[in-house]
Amino acid sequence: MPNESEKPIEELEAKIAELEGFAASSGVDLSDELQVLRERLVQLKSKTFLSRWERVQLARAPGRPTTLDVIEGIMTEFVELYGDRTFGEDPAVVGGLARFEGSSVVVVGHQKGRDTKENIRRNFAMPHPEGYRKAMRLMDLADRFGRPFIAFIDTPGAYPGISAEERGQAWVIAQSIQRMARLRVPAVAIILGEGGSGGALAIGVGNRVLILENAWYSVISPESCAAILWRDAKEAAKAAEALKLSAPDLLSLGIVDRIIPEPSGGAHRNPAATLAHIKQALAATLSELSSLSPEELFEDRYHRFRGLGRYES
Amino acid sequence: MALERLFRRRRAQGEARDIPELWVKCPKCDAQIYKKDLETNLHVCPKCAHHLRLPADKRIEMLADAASFEQITGLKPTDPLGFVDTEPYSRRLERYKKEAGRPDAIVGGRCSIGGVESVLLVMDYAFAGGSMGSVVGEEITRGIELAAEENRAVVIVSVSGGARMQEAALSLMQMAKTTLALDRLWAKRLPYVSILTDPTTGGVTASFAALADVILAEPGALIGFAGPRVIKQTIRQDLPEGFQRSEFLLKHGMVDQVIDRRKLKETVTQILKLLHPRTVNHAR
Repeated sequence: MPNESEKPIEELEAKIAELEGFAASSGVDLSDELQVLRERLVQLKSKTFLSRWERVQLARAPGRPTTLDVIEGIMTEFVELYGDRTFGEDPAVVGGLARFEGSSVVVVGHQKGRDTKENIRRNFAMPHPEGYRKAMRLMDLADRFGRPFIAFIDTPGAYPGISAEERGQAWVIAQSIQRMARLRVPAVAIILGEGGSGGALAIGVGNRVLILENAWYSVISPESCAAILWRDAKEAAKAAEALKLSAPDLLSLGIVDRIIPEPSGGAHRNPAATLAHIKQALAATLSELSSLSPEELFEDRYHRFRGLGRYES
Repeated sequence: MALERLFRRRRAQGEARDIPELWVKCPKCDAQIYKKDLETNLHVCPKCAHHLRLPADKRIEMLADAASFEQITGLKPTDPLGFVDTEPYSRRLERYKKEAGRPDAIVGGRCSIGGVESVLLVMDYAFAGGSMGSVVGEEITRGIELAAEENRAVVIVSVSGGARMQEAALSLMQMAKTTLALDRLWAKRLPYVSILTDPTTGGVTASFAALADVILAEPGALIGFAGPRVIKQTIRQDLPEGFQRSEFLLKHGMVDQVIDRRKLKETVTQILKLLHPRTVNHAR
C-alpha cells in the first residue's frame, strides 16, 4: 500500500515507463532524457525514505540478484571457466565466456551463495588469492581475443585469513588492479551489491563503473569502520552515514559513472526488472566505448582514475 | 586560588615534557639505550638489533646522498566528506599536522641515492598512522610521474595502517591511481624499489608497495593485507608465531630480501645501479 511520500516517486516511475515505451515503439532516441529522469528518481527516492544504512541492508538482502543470476539473466551461451592455473579453484569468484547482445564477452564476478549452504561453499563471496588470479587469467583472455571485459562486484571484502595472507592477498589485489588497468579492450565494472574495499577494487578498474541504486562501495564495511573509529560495531549505521558509501554519494564524487535504478523496495523485490535495467545500462555503456581504439581505452581508463582525489595545493 | 594552582601545575608539566629524554627503552629486549647511540645506530637497538620506528626525516637523511634532497611534496588534505566519528576529521587533521609537523602522511623529493638520480618518497607514521588518503595517493602518483619524466629511479618507503577511512571511497581510489602511475615508469624502464617497514598493511600493501621491481623489508616488520586483529576476529583462533612478519613473507615468496636497516642504503644503491638504464653503459 503506497503512502503519501511515495506518490511523486510512483508518478515519476510511470512517466519513465511511458517514455521508455514511446522510445521503443517510435525508435526515437530518448536515452539522455531518460537518464536525467532516472537520476532524479534515484535522488527522490533517497531523499524520501532510505538512509544509507537502510540501503546497506538492501544491498545484502536475500534474493538480491547475484553475479550468476545476472550473467544467466542478461547473457547467453555462458561457459564457466574454473581455476587459477596455479593453486586452486576459488568458488567466491566466478567467470567465463558469454554472449551479450550478440557479441562475445568475458565476464567475472564475486559470487555470493543463494542459500546458507552455498554461501559457506563460496566463503560469502570473500575471495582468496586464487580468486583474483582466476580474474587476471580471464583478463588475459579478454585482451588476447579482443573481447569486452565485464566485472560484477559483490563482496564484503577479500578474505582476511591465514591462508589468504600466506598466499599474498595484498600482492594479488595489487596485481589484479594493475592487470585490469592495462586492458586494451572495453572494461565495465558493475557494483551489484557490496563493494568492500580492495577486494572489490581488484576487479573495479573499468573504463566505466556502474552501480545499482542500493549497492554500496567504500574503503571498509560500515561494521569494521564502526569497530575501529567508534570502538563498537553496533555503531555501523553511523559509520554508513559518515562513509558516504551510497550510489548517489559516489556519483557526486566521480567514483561511479552511472546509477542503475532498482525497483521500489530493492532489487530483490523484482529481480526481472532489475536485470532489465542492468542489461540496458550495460548495452548503453558498451556502445559508448565501442568507438575507442585499444590504446584510447587504456588512456581513457588511466585518466578516469588519475583524476580521483580531493586536496589543496 | 584553586584555579590558579591548576594552571600552575599544568605549566609545570608542560615544561617537564620539553626536557629531552636521554634514555630510550628497547621495546623488544628492554635494554636502556642512550638516545644518541640509538640515533647514530639508525634507531636499531645496539643490543638485540630490534628495528625501532625511524622518523621520516631521518629516513631521508639515511637514504639520500648528503645535501641532494629537494622536497617536492606539500599538498594539503581537505575533508571532502565532512566526516565525523567521535571527532570531526577536520579537527583530527589539525592535530595530526601539529604532531607530525607536515600537512599529511608523506614527504618526498628529488635526490641522488648512491649517485643514482632518484625520486624518494617516504611515508610518515606520525601523521594518522601513515594512512593513505587523497594527498598521499596524489603525492605518490606525482612522484612516480616526475621520475618517469626526468628519467629517475623511484624508491618508496612504506609505513602505513592502510587506506584512510575518513576519505572513504576516495582513499580506495588512490590504490588504483598510484598503481596506474607505475605504468609510466615501466614504459621508460626505470627501476622502482619498494621498502616495507613496520607496519605496512591494507590498501598500501595492496597497491604500489607490492608492485615494485624489487621489494625489500626491514626485519620484524608487520606486513600484510588484513590486520592481525581483524584476522583473529574472523577465524576465531590464535595466530601463529611470526605471522605476517617480514621473515614470514620472505619464506612465502612475497619479498626479495629482509634487510638490516644499517645495510639498506648500500643494498638499494647496488640494485638501482644494476637496473638503471643510465648506468648500463658504465658496467663492464
